[in-house]
Amino acid sequence: MNTEAQGAAAPMLDQPADRGGRAQPMLIAQGLKRYFPIRGGLLNRRVAEVKAVDDVSFTVLKGETLGVVGESGCGKSTLARLLMHLLVMDAGSLIFDGDPVGTEQGLSLRDLRRNLQMVFQDSYSSLNPRLPIEESIAYSPRVHGMERGQAKRIARELLQRVGLRPEYFGGRYPHELSGGQKQRVNIARALALNPRMLILDEAVSALDKSVEAQVLNLLGELKREFNLTYMFISHDLHVVQYISDRVMVMYLGQVVEFGPVDTIYAQPRHPYTAALLECRLVVDPAGRIDTPPLVGDPPNPINPPSGCRFRTRCPHAETVCERTVPALGAWNGNTAAHLVACHMAHPGSGHSRAAPAPVVH
Amino acid sequence: MSGALVEAPPAADARAQGVPAREAEPATRVRGYWGNVWQRLRYDYATLFFLFVILLIVASAVFAPLLSPFDPNKASMAHRLKPLFYHDNILGTDEQGRDILSRILYGGRTSLLMGIVPVVAATFVGGLFGVVAGYAGGRLNTIIMRSMDVFFAFPSVLLAVAISGSLGGGMVNQLITLTVVLTPPLCRVAETSASQIRSMDFVDAARASGASTVSILLHHVLVNVVSPVLVYASTLVSASILLASGLSFLGLGVSPPTPDWGLMLSTLREAIYVRPIVCAMPGVAILLTSIAFNLVSDGLRQAMDVKA
Ligand SMILES: Nc1ncnc2c1ncn2[C@@H]1O[C@H](COP(=O)(O)OP(=O)(O)OP(=O)(O)O)[C@@H](O)[C@H]1O
Ligand SMILES: [Mg+2]
Repeated sequence: MNTEAQGAAAPMLDQPADRGGRAQPMLIAQGLKRYFPIRGGLLNRRVAEVKAVDDVSFTVLKGETLGVVGESGCGKSTLARLLMHLLVMDAGSLIFDGDPVGTEQGLSLRDLRRNLQMVFQDSYSSLNPRLPIEESIAYSPRVHGMERGQAKRIARELLQRVGLRPEYFGGRYPHELSGGQKQRVNIARALALNPRMLILDEAVSALDKSVEAQVLNLLGELKREFNLTYMFISHDLHVVQYISDRVMVMYLGQVVEFGPVDTIYAQPRHPYTAALLECRLVVDPAGRIDTPPLVGDPPNPINPPSGCRFRTRCPHAETVCERTVPALGAWNGNTAAHLVACHMAHPGSGHSRAAPAPVVH
Repeated sequence: MSGALVEAPPAADARAQGVPAREAEPATRVRGYWGNVWQRLRYDYATLFFLFVILLIVASAVFAPLLSPFDPNKASMAHRLKPLFYHDNILGTDEQGRDILSRILYGGRTSLLMGIVPVVAATFVGGLFGVVAGYAGGRLNTIIMRSMDVFFAFPSVLLAVAISGSLGGGMVNQLITLTVVLTPPLCRVAETSASQIRSMDFVDAARASGASTVSILLHHVLVNVVSPVLVYASTLVSASILLASGLSFLGLGVSPPTPDWGLMLSTLREAIYVRPIVCAMPGVAILLTSIAFNLVSDGLRQAMDVKA
């Protein structure tokens, strides 16, 4: 441990105060939408659009880890960037700890960024190749007005904290680090502002299994120590099960299932979730063979299928699935903790497997 | 913290860096990017040699009055077109009997000015527009880059002749012409590299930390754009000298009595069958200077490549 530096009192920025109290969700996202235009033709006109994130609503509770899973290209990173306000949303709103983000009375973007930080998916392009990693970490505290020497001290302490000895690593450049080391640096940088919530976009996906386990352990420790809330994006169902309290399953830019991790893993209600999990069980975990969990490619997000987007790959698809979009709702009148967007789970939807509609008097 | 989490640094590293000092303050000296570039350059003897050559050429131009054996403009009918080592005229004399060596030394002042000033000016102008266009993207990018393309579409010599022709001769106009000609390619290089940087996650990470655009440009974009631009600019020095010589040769640059390498070549060309070697001397000066600049820029490119 770096006792000398700690003697000088860890001079980190204060963690932003808890404003809403324990019961207030950390983050409420409502109706987030982002379509990417596809331009082409003569005058570079908008010929089509990718519905990368299409009407996504969810909450992240204080102190929890929300896992987000879904196939490649289903809009996980886009969602993360929308939350960080790195991309402009076409529609939707965000409430952080009770304060609407980006409105007059609410939280300013700058304040949001003190509260919410992100670890980026691609560890190769997420560090400036021309800056020693220490400088990369010290940058954000300096942006928030911290004096240079102190920002550097924080950077060294954080390096130490994520398991990289500052004496050896502080002056190195990103290309002199392994993937795991880079990801530790990325985590340290995200912590440099002492935020309350971290979005981890595939934070361990590019790492080999032993390093992945180390980084997951580290994330667990940091979460307790810094009192963090995580949104953990991954396509690895094992990792998500290990780390998450609740899980959100995405398919082609939409949420198809949302609920506590144990419930979803034991009793998936959406056929897509079921298919993902089924394949995971069939494949011997020790074998680690990456067979695609579903037959057929995901449909083109430019022209998603009508009605339920999953119907083209769903074994139970019926005409109702083609005609109406299933709403994300509690299934079979169960508690609102477990939400599903599938006609089979909603009574009276018209699907042959759905329960009959409750009689209205 | 559990020991297993610490990734042990390679042993060689520990030795190279020495035992970490037991002080409260930095145990490692963090060498900045430019410090590293210098470290690499230090052992590149070829580049250092040509850097030295450039310094010599610059010094010889600066100290031309002290070094020149004769007045560069003093003509002598009796001593026209003399060969090398003719009495004190080491490099011979030109068609008016003026000392070639003295004229080359003085001519270096104009030629180096033509080589360096427009490149520096174009690096600032082109670099600024390029970085703004590359970082901003969208419509601003289109406006800036399409305007540059208007100039870029012509071959540089043709463009230089056209601009120079409309502005008229003279040194200032020649400098302006060269700057205008060199700006679009530099802008293109800066734009390409800035727009690449723009899409990197570390720029988004900086934005996510709440940094202003200016701060991001200064700390994250510029450091990455500077080296390709600088390397490219250093190759342009020789191109600029040659272009300036070409303009003078065509009578669109500095006017006759002024010593200038390009102009000397132009006036001496009629005597090429009489004194071929003497007539080639200003060409040799141009060649040497451009080779030196090109080789130094090559070495610079290598030293600036972090991953080398
Ligand atoms: N800047 C962009 N312009 C146009 N389309 C984009 C852009 N960014 C993402 N997309 C598209 O949006 C969709 C969602 O992309 P996103 O990166 O969010 O997926 P993801 O779930 O993170 O995938 P992965 O697991 O591979 O990281 C994809 O179809 C992608 O092609
Ligand atoms: Mg992604």
